[in-house]
Amino acid sequence: MSFRRTRAMFGKEFRHIVRDPRSLTMALAMPLLMLLLFGYALNLDVDRIPTLVYDADHSATSRELIQRFQGSRYFDIRGFAEDDRAIEQGIDRNTILMGISIPRDYSQRIQAGERANIQILLDGSDSNTASIALGYAESIMGSYAYELRSVGENRSMGLTLNVPIDPRLRVWYNNTLESKNYVVPGLVGVILMIIAALLTSLTVSREFEVGTLEQLLSTPVRASEIVLGKMLAFFLIGAVDALTSILAGIYVFHVPFRGSVPLLAATTCVFLSGAFFMGILVSAVAKSQLLAFQLGVLTSFLPSFLLSGFIYAIENMPQGIQVITRFVPARYFITILKGIFLKGVGLDVLWPEFAFLAGFATLVFFLATRKLSQKLA
Amino acid sequence: MPTSEWAVEVDGLTKNFGSFKAVDRVSFRVGNGEIFGFLGPNGAGKSTVIRMLCGLLRPTAGKAVVCGYDVATEPEQVRLQLGYMSQKFSLYDDLSVEQNIDFFSGVYGVPKALRATRKQDVLRMAGLEARRHQLTRQLSGGWKQRLALGCAIVHEPRVLFLDEPTSGVDPIARRDFWDLIYQLSAAGRTVFVSTHYMDEAEYCHRVALMYHARIIALGAPEQLKRQLGTYGLLHLDSSDLLESMHALEGEPGVRDVAVFGGGLHVTVNDANAAMPGIRHALARKGVEVRRLDAIPPSLEDVFVALIEAEEHRGA
Repeated sequence: MSFRRTRAMFGKEFRHIVRDPRSLTMALAMPLLMLLLFGYALNLDVDRIPTLVYDADHSATSRELIQRFQGSRYFDIRGFAEDDRAIEQGIDRNTILMGISIPRDYSQRIQAGERANIQILLDGSDSNTASIALGYAESIMGSYAYELRSVGENRSMGLTLNVPIDPRLRVWYNNTLESKNYVVPGLVGVILMIIAALLTSLTVSREFEVGTLEQLLSTPVRASEIVLGKMLAFFLIGAVDALTSILAGIYVFHVPFRGSVPLLAATTCVFLSGAFFMGILVSAVAKSQLLAFQLGVLTSFLPSFLLSGFIYAIENMPQGIQVITRFVPARYFITILKGIFLKGVGLDVLWPEFAFLAGFATLVFFLATRKLSQKLA
Repeated sequence: MPTSEWAVEVDGLTKNFGSFKAVDRVSFRVGNGEIFGFLGPNGAGKSTVIRMLCGLLRPTAGKAVVCGYDVATEPEQVRLQLGYMSQKFSLYDDLSVEQNIDFFSGVYGVPKALRATRKQDVLRMAGLEARRHQLTRQLSGGWKQRLALGCAIVHEPRVLFLDEPTSGVDPIARRDFWDLIYQLSAAGRTVFVSTHYMDEAEYCHRVALMYHARIIALGAPEQLKRQLGTYGLLHLDSSDLLESMHALEGEPGVRDVAVFGGGLHVTVNDANAAMPGIRHALARKGVEVRRLDAIPPSLEDVFVALIEAEEHRGA
């Protein structure tokens, strides 16, 4: 491998990128744009559930129950209905997700110590949100019923009843359970993968179409030098992208950063190299620029979005799909990002992921080199 | 570096693409400093031979040696010795003239100390000094062609392969380009050039004619003309061209009559024997003969005759 020739490749490739202001702007602005778009749009938190209440009882007891719901940040009481039909209509028209229907005899039954039923109507077309909302509603009503009963019993028995179990829950690493805290680090990985594919998709296919690749191959430059030189040029852009998206994650989205900066830098570099080598490989495999572009998007966007554990938990996927996710580099990078950002863990925990990324980069480098030398029929 | 008597030695070189024979047992040698022309119609296999010699294609059979290095076994050594200019002037359009030269100087591994002077030489040779900062995209065909040549010689290769370097370039630029080729040849470089312009073939020291994957003629232009000029060619200038054509068709000894510029080219079996008969026939029709001379056949005449003969043989 000749340093001189590799540097010539690098310099030329870098000039290509800088020379084209449109692609340069795109390459530098896109990560921020995507981060803002996805970061705000991909909000998986379930709160302020629009709710309509039909209170047929109109008693102090029923009003107190309603107040419990009003006091919770998970529910947003949009109004009071006059009958059950209004709730049905609201769900049909997507103005509410949940309806609470309190029957006429609610307070009477409570006072009589009988079983009182409250109807909760949920829009199950978004089953995930519905089940979370149901959970919140059940816990509010459960704790209210428990209180009512203990108050009643205390009154009748003249003593203070202790609550037998009082769980104090503490969620580690993301104690406010905000989805942005795990969406944003994952997003950084997905964005870098897509950027890498977009930047590199045309790099070999264009030279192949225009004929400069043949010219290149007639010179002493080796395929490995071409691949490495090209990668290094893209790497500069990719590093800027990585830096902006990580900083935006910390300062715009306030994602906690608890781990080591050098480890983050090292893994990002290894991941970026692999992603760019992969893009160069795809570009070398495709015979035309159009195909290279499509292939690049397909091989980067879909797996890193769907199969990386970015949004959809890998543990919940069918066994066969889980096996496929093992070949998605973004999966390992996202695990590392979440580990460094949220858990503050180091290489002692993350080394398998790091080793995979390094192995992947080496493998695709060799594949891209081989593919390029095969262009010599 | 092995010193060899021949810049290029090719023996039984063959390339098949599947069942298609692109190059069929081609053999020739090119001397050092020679301008070697490679002629033939499109699809004859010229580019395939050049691409094999540059190590861009692996030969199916046969042997090719460039500057003493076998193309099949030592392609890296070969690439250090040669400059290649493909049909498309493969330059980077979005880089400036200077940046293209710098890049090729880098990938050819020109030592840093020599780069500035080499670049200067190339710019001067190509006449691109004033345009050194211009984007390659903005250059006209002729300038692009000179830049492509400049990029191919920035490492001072011993052999230069030019694949139809003048296609799509205007006649003045073509003439200038050939002046450059002569300069390179005078400086001891071997220039291997393919073309389908017959006038360019006349500029070469030696030419090979490829037809249907094979070389059907090889030699210096003059030699080929002598060797193959079995028929005589007459130039006729008369008062009435059309009447002359009618008069000469079917005349004994006359094989073909064709308009050529303001006169006629008459192909005959024997120039000296045919002339009195032609004068007689024209006089009978009342056509005045202003000029009637035997002329040497051009290379084009020779090649057309050769290819026709080859086709007859094949048929």
